[in-house]
Amino acid sequence: MALNTKIQLKDVYKAFGSKKVLNGVYLSVEKGQSLVVIGGSGTGKSVMIKSILGIVEADSGSIRIDGEETRGAAGKKREAVLDQFGMLFQGSALFDSLPVWRNVSFKLLQARRMPPREARDLAIETLGQVGLGPEVAGLYPAELSGGMQKRVALARAIAARPEIIFFDEPTTGLDPIMADVINELIVECVRKLGATTISITHDMASARKIADRIAMIYEGKIIWEGRKDEIDHSGNPYVDQFIHGRAEGPIQMQVLRP
Amino acid sequence: MTNTAPTLPVRVRSQALDLLQLLGRTFLVFLQATGNFAFFTIRSLSHCLRPPLYLSQIGRQFMDIGYYCLPVVGLTTLFSGMVLALQSYTGFSRYAAGAESAIANIVVISITRELGPVMAGLMVAGRIGASIAAEIGTMRVTEQIDALTTLSTHPYKYLIVPRLLAGILMLPLLVAVGDVIGVFGGYLISVYRLGFNASNYLDQTLRFVESIDVISGLVKAAVFGFIVTLMGCYFGFNSKGGAQGVGTATTNAVVSSSILVLTLNYFITGLFFGAR
Repeated sequence: MALNTKIQLKDVYKAFGSKKVLNGVYLSVEKGQSLVVIGGSGTGKSVMIKSILGIVEADSGSIRIDGEETRGAAGKKREAVLDQFGMLFQGSALFDSLPVWRNVSFKLLQARRMPPREARDLAIETLGQVGLGPEVAGLYPAELSGGMQKRVALARAIAARPEIIFFDEPTTGLDPIMADVINELIVECVRKLGATTISITHDMASARKIADRIAMIYEGKIIWEGRKDEIDHSGNPYVDQFIHGRAEGPIQMQVLRP
Repeated sequence: MTNTAPTLPVRVRSQALDLLQLLGRTFLVFLQATGNFAFFTIRSLSHCLRPPLYLSQIGRQFMDIGYYCLPVVGLTTLFSGMVLALQSYTGFSRYAAGAESAIANIVVISITRELGPVMAGLMVAGRIGASIAAEIGTMRVTEQIDALTTLSTHPYKYLIVPRLLAGILMLPLLVAVGDVIGVFGGYLISVYRLGFNASNYLDQTLRFVESIDVISGLVKAAVFGFIVTLMGCYFGFNSKGGAQGVGTATTNAVVSSSILVLTLNYFITGLFFGAR
């Protein structure tokens, strides 16, 4: 059981100044599993993912990948950790100075020194997997619609065949149909790669589609975790309020806060 | 009145405490900023010395600073040389004879020692410092810098090192070209406007200029190139928020690098010529 744990967080804390964002997070993801973390805005979802990547350094606790402690890893060790990751950013975060194919094969070109011709072929193949034709390869990100940018970003996240992929709000800002297209692409690509994934979202339709397990984060803590089909009768008032999108309940929105 | 009298000292005391607190906080913020900046500088420099280097990025920055700044730097030094010749003529002609050689000397010394590097430094601060801060700042707020990290590419190596190297190596080159153009500007005015003898003027220029004049100017250029690109990278890299944050970063980069160029210019001049 423990042998199959890909990512494990134990008692992770992170504060920015006096603002506590992560308040003792416990989380573990099995190899090949898809975990969706749901939660409102500002509950620490993004910070949690960034602390696993090491973009944000956690204050205390343990972050293990394949059983190996990575919190505070730097230099070569951090590079080795990052090498197995792919990430889809909320705003796509494509490099606007580079054409689409260089975006998709960026890691292969820069970090793995693949020859450009080979990288371009691979980029076109990966673009095909997300439903984009080879004519897109030469365009620049600014020439694409939001949905297409998301797909290019997805292609970039999977192009180097990572073992772990993070999805940060993969469907935010897309129309429901395009959101569903992206969800299906995520499920399909992940299955093909056999990757372990963590997605953060507040879109329940997306969560139900891509999750094996769902966890809910609230005030920097994981307050519920279970299988996808358990979420409708979790017996947790916080989860119930969130999945039904009710303004009344134990979670009080601080509307008056500036 | 009798009621409010005893409370007054308490209020004054709490105000004084507030003031102290504010001072303390400002000082701490200042220390933190200085520390951050020093740390950033050391990290950037250490990455300059460690592979891998991204050659295509370095090439792009070399073009940006070395080639695309040439027109701006050329024009400013040309007109500086021209105005120097004109002004020193109106000044020296009051004292009659010897104006011809004096003008050649003044133009070549001022251009190589001061105006070449300072003009180029300020122009590059406006052109390159601003664009670096805006570009890196936008990459920061759109998470492109985080994306670089997740794609196994170190942002310092990919974004900052090429720009610093280009600044340090290209600005002296720009200034060398600017020196020649500036002296040529002085020559144009002296010969075609003031009617001096052309070969005499060139002879005077070459006889008078010493290698230390040119070298000190080129050293200044390298330092200014480093400062301008470093400021652009630092403020861009640490920009926060959205469009407004990028705007602030750009302003800060240009203002701070311009001030530093002028300040450091004084100290480097002191180092080279102060003892004499």
